[in-house]
Amino acid sequence: MTDIPLVQDFATDWDHSDPQWVADPYPIWDDLRQRCPVAHTERYGGGWFPATHAGVSEIAKDTENFTSRTVVIGNGRPGELDLPAPIGVAPPITSDPPFHSIARRLILPAFAPGPINALEPMIRELCSKLLDDMAGADVVNAGTQYAQYIPPGVIRGMLGFPEEDIELFLEFVHIILEGIDHPEEERIIEFEPIEKYFVAQMEDHIANPRDDLTSYLLNVELDGQNLAMEHVFGTMILILVAGIDTTWSAVGSAIWHLAHNRDDLERLVNEPDLMPVAIEEFLRFYAPVTMARLVKHDMEYQGCPMKEDDWILLGFPAANRDPVAFKDADTFIIDRAENRHVAFGLGIHRCAGSNLARLEMRVAIEEFIKRYPRFDLADAEAVTWAPGQIRGPRNLPIRILR
Amino acid sequence: MKVRIDPEICQGQGRCFSIAPRIFDFDDLGNGVVIGDGTLTSDTLELARLAQLNCPEHAIFIEDEL
Repeated sequence: MTDIPLVQDFATDWDHSDPQWVADPYPIWDDLRQRCPVAHTERYGGGWFPATHAGVSEIAKDTENFTSRTVVIGNGRPGELDLPAPIGVAPPITSDPPFHSIARRLILPAFAPGPINALEPMIRELCSKLLDDMAGADVVNAGTQYAQYIPPGVIRGMLGFPEEDIELFLEFVHIILEGIDHPEEERIIEFEPIEKYFVAQMEDHIANPRDDLTSYLLNVELDGQNLAMEHVFGTMILILVAGIDTTWSAVGSAIWHLAHNRDDLERLVNEPDLMPVAIEEFLRFYAPVTMARLVKHDMEYQGCPMKEDDWILLGFPAANRDPVAFKDADTFIIDRAENRHVAFGLGIHRCAGSNLARLEMRVAIEEFIKRYPRFDLADAEAVTWAPGQIRGPRNLPIRILR
Repeated sequence: MKVRIDPEICQGQGRCFSIAPRIFDFDDLGNGVVIGDGTLTSDTLELARLAQLNCPEHAIFIEDEL
């Protein structure tokens, strides 16, 4: 264990990995909104945290003063050598204009509603199979036995990797997500088997093209040329990093909510048409994803003296709880009619996988409550929440009520 | 009354075409587009307003015809 000092005042020393923030960040954000809309920290080499919807919105849309060249806060800063600017390491999420829109246009068609909606039967079958595997138990773990497996299963299918490789694929996902802050040299070694497997899959897709995301990326053209293998590989890794613990967290949070809000569970079971509106409220209230930006140059923002390369923690979940933007912001209203939540971000970096995330959430929750119309938390104290920029329950023991 | 989406503001958040699929559709990139010329009837005005109130980018405009 590390001995990082606990935060005493989040206005001057915020840390999104502090145990208090990880356990329950909402009172912290409420407090910051009232006394200091942009909080500061010296941790991570210096950074700022706007706690209001207005602040988050303004910075998300301001690509002149804030860069996306890295979106995950760490202790170091990306060196110029790591970054073939303006592309960034994982285009388009780490790209700024004007390259950003070029890289984004390449992947958007694959994640538009048409191709994504076609995945529904596959996702339903996957969820149903996971529930079959859990059948008969009085207590199930909706985190480690269910939510965790849905996004990797879906993405494996989208990439067109063989079904029998699922265990191997899950191991790669684990390496990618767990090792995000490992030193560069370790990362290279950890990535070797992943790269080898992915290259083999790409070669197989070149020899035998088919209707999947891997073939799409290999065939798509940029300036009349196919993408380099490194670009295809980088985009696949981005899809894994961005599409797995995010949606897993969203599904887990929804099940956690339903487990201790019986009225909402009963309404969803009895009024299936409510699901799309409920999904948006789950997304608002339990938005899993916080992004980061770097300040491009020394500047003053809302009276704050920002320095080049200071971090901005871009708290979409905090924006979603701002009472200026949402009526009864801290109340979960399952049929909230007006809901301009920003769970998928705002502006040019709107989550490219949002249509997929929504579909996975809807199918995962529908199948879970169809199988288990009554359940509650088996042990509320045992529920653990992921630290850092992706928030969601990891250990989630659920008691099935018959 | 007419509804339009400003394509410079729309980022493909996807709320309009799920709330009001009779009024809005999506293009190949997943951005919202208005079906037809966007003329609203007493039937569809309320739905268009609901979509507008759910667009996080504020990209939907409902205007009196000139």
